[in-house]
Amino acid sequence: MDGNAPDFAAASRAALADPQLRGNFRRAMDGLMTKRAAQFSDTGEWHGVRALAASVRLRALSKLPELLEKLEENCTRNGITVHWAATTEEANAIALDILHKANAKLVVKGKSMVTEEMHLNAVLEKDGIEVLESDLGEYIVQLDGTMPSHIIMPAIHLNTKQIAHLFKRKIKDAESREDAAYLTDLARRVLRAKFQAADVGMSGVNAAVAETGTLCLIENEGNGRMCTTVPPVHIAFMGLEKVVERLEDVPPVISLLPRSATGQPITTYVNMISGPRKDGEKDGPREVHLVILDNGRSSIYADPELRDTLRCIRCGACMNHCPVYTQVGGHAYEAPYPGPIGKILVPQIEGLAKRGAMPHACTMCNACVEICPVKIPIVEIMGRLRVEAVKPGGAVKDGGAKASRAESMVWSGWAAMNASPTAYRIATLAMSKLGNAAPSSLPMLKEWTNVRTKPRFAGRTLHDLARAKGIPDV
Amino acid sequence: MSDSRNSILTKLRTTRDAHPLTPPVSDFAPIEAKHWAPEERLPRIRRLMEAVHTEFLDATEADWPVVLREFLAREGVGSLLYAPATEAGKRLVEGWKAESPSPPRGEGRGEGEASHDSPEGPATNPPHPNPLPGGERGSAPGPVLIPYDRPLEDLKPQLFESIEAGLTTTRGAIAETGSLILWPTADEPRTLSLVPHIHIAILRTDALFDTFLQAMREQGWADAMPTNVLLVSGPSKTADIEQTLAYGVHGPKRLVVLVVQP
Repeated sequence: MDGNAPDFAAASRAALADPQLRGNFRRAMDGLMTKRAAQFSDTGEWHGVRALAASVRLRALSKLPELLEKLEENCTRNGITVHWAATTEEANAIALDILHKANAKLVVKGKSMVTEEMHLNAVLEKDGIEVLESDLGEYIVQLDGTMPSHIIMPAIHLNTKQIAHLFKRKIKDAESREDAAYLTDLARRVLRAKFQAADVGMSGVNAAVAETGTLCLIENEGNGRMCTTVPPVHIAFMGLEKVVERLEDVPPVISLLPRSATGQPITTYVNMISGPRKDGEKDGPREVHLVILDNGRSSIYADPELRDTLRCIRCGACMNHCPVYTQVGGHAYEAPYPGPIGKILVPQIEGLAKRGAMPHACTMCNACVEICPVKIPIVEIMGRLRVEAVKPGGAVKDGGAKASRAESMVWSGWAAMNASPTAYRIATLAMSKLGNAAPSSLPMLKEWTNVRTKPRFAGRTLHDLARAKGIPDV
Repeated sequence: MSDSRNSILTKLRTTRDAHPLTPPVSDFAPIEAKHWAPEERLPRIRRLMEAVHTEFLDATEADWPVVLREFLAREGVGSLLYAPATEAGKRLVEGWKAESPSPPRGEGRGEGEASHDSPEGPATNPPHPNPLPGGERGSAPGPVLIPYDRPLEDLKPQLFESIEAGLTTTRGAIAETGSLILWPTADEPRTLSLVPHIHIAILRTDALFDTFLQAMREQGWADAMPTNVLLVSGPSKTADIEQTLAYGVHGPKRLVVLVVQP
């Protein structure tokens, strides 16, 4: 997916033509929306905890440089080695360096979106290191040779039958059984052997506590625990925005993340890791490393409007409620983060030249904003990015990359029409008299009308109707 | 590498100082307001945890080792890994051989009976074939006790391939979400609750909290975090295959809470 700019329009057309994929997503998203709604039936509680969680994230951002220094200081005191990476290349180099020093041949990974952003698996495989995704969804996607289509449920685009066929093809001695319990047990057997043998375990971080130097990791499967407990070396990766100030800031985040994501009151495991094995302890990794990644985040932070993007706690609720994501699925975005948060995060990280289409893949319906547990103004940021895409010299990487003479002429014309009462009257009159005569096969209309009925213009304008009712023009 | 550190921090500091951000006050009241009457906490924890296939056993300080032994024997569990240097570990060994105060196996212990509604049904593991080194046999035929008295590296093959159950204590439980607080130590390693197929956790009823926040505050976590703290709210599970819940994907397949009344 690197190199050529992804084509959202083409990818979404392909997704829309795939009834199996659309059925899988529709079912999954309906279920997740219902389960989330049940968790927040007490609206008073929702508003209260949501305001608290938003304040926790904003307070962390307001002190970001100081908290990162404090995190480093306390992690170091706890025996965790802290590394800083400005770019994904640097982060990958740090990872490789640790792996080489540990003479690592086999790596087990818990789910981590930052390492998706880094394309770490490809880098490790190129280096001859076997890397195994251990979250069941990620494992399925890895076997399939594709990428996650959701940040919480990576294999949500596949159904049981498809997964059964995949396992039958890829796993030795697999029976052809379309049964989630059987398939889960099969993956357990394969992965247990890997956990036992792995030289290094890798994970993401849901929240890093500056006050105590603690890495919090939430999960249901126990693979996160396996990756961070059993191998002799643990490497955790985090975007620099993941820090929180105090340990007490963790409960509000943990309260909202799983409820928003999957409608669970809490995940099965909440892991709080504050260091490698101490003298006298019988298990736990001998080394723990934390890699703090920038990759464009400090530029996002630099703009006071765009900064809110960094509040995100990666629950994925915005995807589950997005009418666009729900129809086309996560792969159409061809990005590590799909859906509404992806549409504002990815263009800022990767630049508008490559990702300028993403902020347009939005109906501005505001559903994502309504459910965001930390109140990110996603739609406002989306609007800002649309402007940045056509306005050279802005704050965002490759600003102005999508500037088009034709588009700017259309908008100037639109502005002129709305600024002159005469021009407005003529234009609306023309639409009401001639609009319906325009054939739906016109080039620009066609995209809309080939999946929808062409709207009919009313014979009389609103101004006209109002005047007839005796309401005077202002 | 330190170049990146300094340039990242400098950029963050400069841009933040140019556009400072005033966050709203963090009002913890919505979480602090969550209360349950002391007598409601345990039933709530039990209900929430049973809803995600956790099993419960009732016992007292006097009889819990026997209750546990009988449960394991009834379920055909052949081996139990435990922490020999902990109070609980000592008590386990000492109480293991005691006479059963309850009716013969198979009979219920009233409301203290373990729930057997797990979807896989009761475990069908055969009794442990060979007593393991370091193991100790009780007077009655039944599960073998295996002490976790070595570093993980020396125990790994056994731990992954043959030990069936692990016993840990807890530092209490949380009513809001139905979560156990696990606090591994040098004496009670982390993998005890992770690798065996069955995790048995002793829960004493004098440490039940309303919320995660309350537990954290009352136990002073921020002053001295151990290397690993865990909240555990059920056996390992996944819904990654078409949203279908399946238990026992990587961690323990079964979680048994041994509720110990004074």
